[in-house]
Amino acid sequence: MIELTRRYAFPAAHVLRSESLDERENERIFGKCANANGHGHNYGVEVTVSGRVEPVSGQILPPSELDRIFEQVVMEPFSHRMLNEASAFNGIVPTAENIALVLQELLAPEIERRTNAELSRVRVIETSRNSCEVGEFR
Amino acid sequence: MDSPVRITRAIEFSSSLRYASADLDEAGNRERFGAAAFRHGHNYRLEVTLSGHPDPVTGMVVNLADLKLLLEREIMERFDHRDLNDDTPYFEKRPPTPENVATVIFEILREAVPAQTPLSIRLHQDADLFVDIRGSSR
Repeated sequence: MIELTRRYAFPAAHVLRSESLDERENERIFGKCANANGHGHNYGVEVTVSGRVEPVSGQILPPSELDRIFEQVVMEPFSHRMLNEASAFNGIVPTAENIALVLQELLAPEIERRTNAELSRVRVIETSRNSCEVGEFR
Repeated sequence: MDSPVRITRAIEFSSSLRYASADLDEAGNRERFGAAAFRHGHNYRLEVTLSGHPDPVTGMVVNLADLKLLLEREIMERFDHRDLNDDTPYFEKRPPTPENVATVIFEILREAVPAQTPLSIRLHQDADLFVDIRGSSR
């Protein structure tokens, strides 16, 4: 079993509050993260792909191709943006968990369509102390 | 006390390399691999993970002093401050992509560590890219 992981980063703002909760409940659950004007992080993202190592190139995929996909699918909509205002987070609280799930949902079909690899995992590193991973674990 | 323990030792080595596939000529390699077709270098970081149940007497899955010597002999002596293409026999036909370097290292270590011990490696090519190979016992 061989996997390749590439690390990316983008700065973005977010607010953790749910429209289905009142002000008090939002404050209670999300604490300082519910600050209405938002706050931000340097998000780190690890994208892990797996697949066959193509014999001529010796690669699961060219890293530059993954870079192009990440640029279009993640950097363009989310880098230097307010995540709550991005259409992908319509009705979704942009917690690290949900960001990981959204990125997985956006990246998986593009990687499958444009390369011979498939997405194994996405890890979102919100701060040096918090990270969240979705996908296959072994 | 039934769950297996994973223990990891890391080493770092510096090597030069150029991507060259025996199936491509010089122009073809340049076209396929871009800048990586020119001789360049990396500070590789290799994490070697062995798993098992700690020995009831020593409390060890593996004696790290032994693992250190093994890695020195099997990996550092072969690859550190060497040219992967010209100083090792592994990349005459296939390019030393991180996938292929990790595969070669995994095969060397699989022969060198006890056959019943599950082995995994993670090879970091630089801060932004790494390859995982997870195996079971031989």
